[in-house]
Amino acid sequence: MSAATIPPSPAVETPATVPLHGWGRTASTRAHLTAVDSVADAVAALRHAGSRGVIARGLGRSYGDAAQNGGGVALDFTRLNRILTLDAEGEPPTVVVEAGVSLDALMKAALPLGLWIPVLPGTRQVTVGGAIGADVHGKNHHTQGSFGDHVLSMDLLLADGEIRTLRPEGETARLFWATVGGMGLTGLVLRATIALQRVESAYFSVDTDRTRDLDDLLERMSTGDDAYTYSVAWFDAVTRGRHLGRAVLTRGNKARLDELPAKLRRDPLKFTAPAFGTIPDVFPNGLVNRATGKAFSEFWYRKAPRHRVGEIQNITQFFHPLDIVAEWNRVYGSHGFLQYQFVVPFSAEDAFRRAVVMIAESGHVSCLNVLKRFGPGNLGLLSFPMPGWTLTVDLPITDGLDRLCRQLDELVLSEGGRNYLAKDSRLTADTFARMYPRLQEFLAVRREVDPDGVFRSDLSRRLGL
Amino acid sequence: MDALGNPRSVLLLGGTSDIALAVARRYGASGAPRPRLVLAARPGERRTGVAATLRGEGFEVGEVDFEARRPETHAATVEQAFAEGDIDVAVVAFGILGDAERAWVDAEHALELAEVNFTAPVHTGVLLGQAMSRQGHGQIIALSSVAGERVRRSNFVYGSTKAGMDGFYLGLGEALAPHGVKVLVVRPGFVRSKMTEGMDPAPLSVTPEQVAEQAVAAARAGKELIWVPGAFRWVMTVLRHVPRVLFRRLPI
Ligand SMILES: Cc1cc2nc3c(=O)[nH]c(=O)nc-3n(C[C@H](O)[C@H](O)[C@H](O)COP(=O)(O)OP(=O)(O)OC[C@H]3O[C@@H](n4cnc5c(N)ncnc54)[C@H](O)[C@@H]3O)c2cc1C
Ligand SMILES: NC(=O)c1ccc[n+]([C@@H]2O[C@H](COP(=O)([O-])OP(=O)(O)OC[C@H]3O[C@@H](n4cnc5c(N)ncnc54)[C@H](OP(=O)(O)O)[C@@H]3O)[C@@H](O)[C@H]2O)c1
Repeated sequence: MSAATIPPSPAVETPATVPLHGWGRTASTRAHLTAVDSVADAVAALRHAGSRGVIARGLGRSYGDAAQNGGGVALDFTRLNRILTLDAEGEPPTVVVEAGVSLDALMKAALPLGLWIPVLPGTRQVTVGGAIGADVHGKNHHTQGSFGDHVLSMDLLLADGEIRTLRPEGETARLFWATVGGMGLTGLVLRATIALQRVESAYFSVDTDRTRDLDDLLERMSTGDDAYTYSVAWFDAVTRGRHLGRAVLTRGNKARLDELPAKLRRDPLKFTAPAFGTIPDVFPNGLVNRATGKAFSEFWYRKAPRHRVGEIQNITQFFHPLDIVAEWNRVYGSHGFLQYQFVVPFSAEDAFRRAVVMIAESGHVSCLNVLKRFGPGNLGLLSFPMPGWTLTVDLPITDGLDRLCRQLDELVLSEGGRNYLAKDSRLTADTFARMYPRLQEFLAVRREVDPDGVFRSDLSRRLGL
Repeated sequence: MDALGNPRSVLLLGGTSDIALAVARRYGASGAPRPRLVLAARPGERRTGVAATLRGEGFEVGEVDFEARRPETHAATVEQAFAEGDIDVAVVAFGILGDAERAWVDAEHALELAEVNFTAPVHTGVLLGQAMSRQGHGQIIALSSVAGERVRRSNFVYGSTKAGMDGFYLGLGEALAPHGVKVLVVRPGFVRSKMTEGMDPAPLSVTPEQVAEQAVAAARAGKELIWVPGAFRWVMTVLRHVPRVLFRRLPI
C-alpha cells in the first residue's frame, strides 16, 4: 500500500464550537453558537450556512434538543431584544418586539402601563421567538389559547434570504401556522407584533383547594374551571393507593383594583422580582429519589390550605415560584432529567387515570407534576395543545425510564393524544409521526420554503422533520 | 443520541463481529428504541446472513463494504456509513487473532496482523473522528484487549498490535473531547466468540453478551476505559509490574 493513494482527510473545520443542551441537561452536542445582533447578522449567517444547517436559539428553556444543532450553527437571538413600539391605547393594545426579547423583560415594560402578556409559560425566561416556535401555553389555556393566538403578525427570514411578513389570516396564513409551533424549522422569526391585554393590578385573586385523590381533582376541574381565567393543579405522583393523585388546585383571576387591600392599592402595578440566587453545580446524581421525593410531595401538599378563597397573590407567587432560583435544574445532577408532557382528549379520562397509576407505580420519582385542562387548539400544524387533559412530569434519568416512557407513549397514541416537542428529548420519528396528524402538511410547507433543509436541529434530525 | 443515552444509529466496523453484534443488540434492549444499524464489513455470505437476521429482529440495517487491508477504500467506507444520517456510536471491532507461532516467523502473516489490528484501526479511527467532529457529537467504542496491556511471549504479535491500537484510541479520546466526541476503550479478556472458536477458554472467560453489557453501560456513563470482566483491571495491574524474569515463567 502506498501512502499517496490515501485521500487526505480535511482538518476539523473550526474549533469554535460550544456544547449546547436544553433545560434537561441531556444529549449535549457542539455547535457554532453565533450571536445575532442585527437582521444583517442573521442574513449573513444564512448565507454561510454549511451542510449542517442553522437553527435559532432563544433562552434554551426547551427541555430537549430543539435549540441545538450538532456541528452546525445555532443563532443566539437573545441580543436581538429591543421592544420597538408599545401601543397602550390601541384596541387591543399591541407591542412590536424583536424576537430575542424575553417575556420577563416584556412583562416588566408592559406592566407599568397596565398591560399584560396574554400567555405566560411556567417560566418567564423564554424569548418571544421561543414562545412562537413552541407555541407555548400557560395555565390560562382553557380561556386564552396559546401564544400563537395572540400574535398579530411576524417577520420571518426565510432560507433564501427573503423576509416575509406573516399574518394569521390571508395568503400568508399557511406559513404563519407552520411557524407557530414549528420549532424554528420554517425560518428565523425576527420580530413580532403581539396583542396585549389590560390589567388593573399586578395581582391575582386566587382560590386554593386540596383534593383528596385523582377523581376528586378531575371532577372539580371539569366543573369549576370555567369560572377562572387561570387554573392548574400540582399533584402528588409519589403517594400510591387511596390517596393516589391527591392534589393542590390553584385557580385565579386577575385581581381588580377594588379587590386589593388598601396597602397594595396605592401602587397596584408594582412588580419586583425576587431572586435568591443560583443553584451551584454540585449536586450528585440520585438526589431526587423515592425518599426525598416523598418528603417533598408531602410537604408541598401539607403546606397548601385545604380550602381558601380570594387570596391576593403576586406574580411570582402565582406564576413562577421556580423562577426565584436560577438554574434549579442542577439539583438533578449530571445525568439530567426529562420532562414528559402529554395531552389526551377529555374522552380518554380512563386512560389518563391509568397513566397516573403507571407513573406512581413505576418507582420513578416525579416531584413536579402539573395537570391542566386545555381548551380548543389553534391552526398551528405542529402546535401541541388540543382539548383535553395535559399532564407534565419531571423524571430524573435513571435505569428503566425507557420502559415507562414507551408505555406512556403507547397509551397516549392509543387515545389519539400527543407529546409536547418543547419538552421532548426522546421520541422516535415513527412515534412522533403518529402523534401529529398534520405533519405531512407541515413537511409540505417546509419543502416549499426550505427545500434544501437549511434550518436543522438535533430535534429535526431525530424526528425526521 | 436521546436524553436517555440511547443512540439512534450505530455503525459496526467489523459488521459481522460477534462482540459488535452483541453491542448493537444490547442498545436496543430494555425498552430502548432499536438503533438504525450500519454494518461495515466485507461483502459475502456472513454479512448477508447477519443483516438478514438483524432485519428479522426488527432492526433497520444498512450495509457498507469494508476491507481493513485496503486503506485506499476506507474514506469511501466511512463516507457511505455516514451518508444516511448521523452516526451516534461507532464500534471498532474488526480484528484477527492470527496464528501466534506463525506470526513471528512468517513476515506476511505478521504484516496482516499489523494491518488489520493496528494500521486499519488507526486509519479508520482518524476518519471516524473527523466525521464525528463534523457532526458535533458521537462516541467510538474501540475493542482492544488485555493482551495488549502486557504483551506476552505466547501471542506477542497480536498483543503488540492491540497495544498500539489501544494507545491510539485512548489518545484519540483525549484529542476529540473538545470536539464533542467520546471514545471508550474496552479491554476484554478471553471472549467465547468466532475468534476463539475451538480454543480452550482461559480463566475469567466471558461471552460477547457480557462484553456488550459492560461496554454499553460504560458508554452510557461516558467512561473512557474498561476491562471485561472488571477483575482484569486488578489482574493486569499486578501483571504489569511483574519483573520480566518472573513474567516469562508465568504459564500465560
Ligand atoms: C421551568 C420551565 C417551565 C416551563 N413551562 C412551560 C409552560 O408552562 N408552558 C409551555 O408551553 N412551555 C413551558 N416551558 C417550555 C418553554 O416555554 C419553551 O420551551 C420555550 O420554547 C422556550 O423558549 P426559549 O426562548 O428558551 O427557546 P429555546 O428553547 O431556545 O428554543 C425553542 C424553540 O424555538 C425556536 N426558536 C427560538 N427562537 C426563535 C426565533 N427567533 N425564530 C424561530 N424559531 C425560534 C428554536 O429553534 C427551538 O425550536 C417551560 C420551560 C421551563 C424551563
Ligand atoms: N474474542 C476474544 O477473545 C477477544 C478478546 C479480546 C479482544 N477481542 C477483540 O474484539 C474484537 C471483536 O472480536 P470478536 O470476538 O467479535 O471476533 P469475530 O467475531 O471473529 O469478529 C472479528 C471481525 O473482524 C472482521 N475482519 C477480520 N479481518 C478483516 C478484514 N481484513 N477486513 C474487514 N474486516 C475484517 C471480521 O469480518 P469477516 O466476517 O469479514 O471475517 C469480523 O467481523 C476484535 O478486535 C478482537 O481483537 C476479542
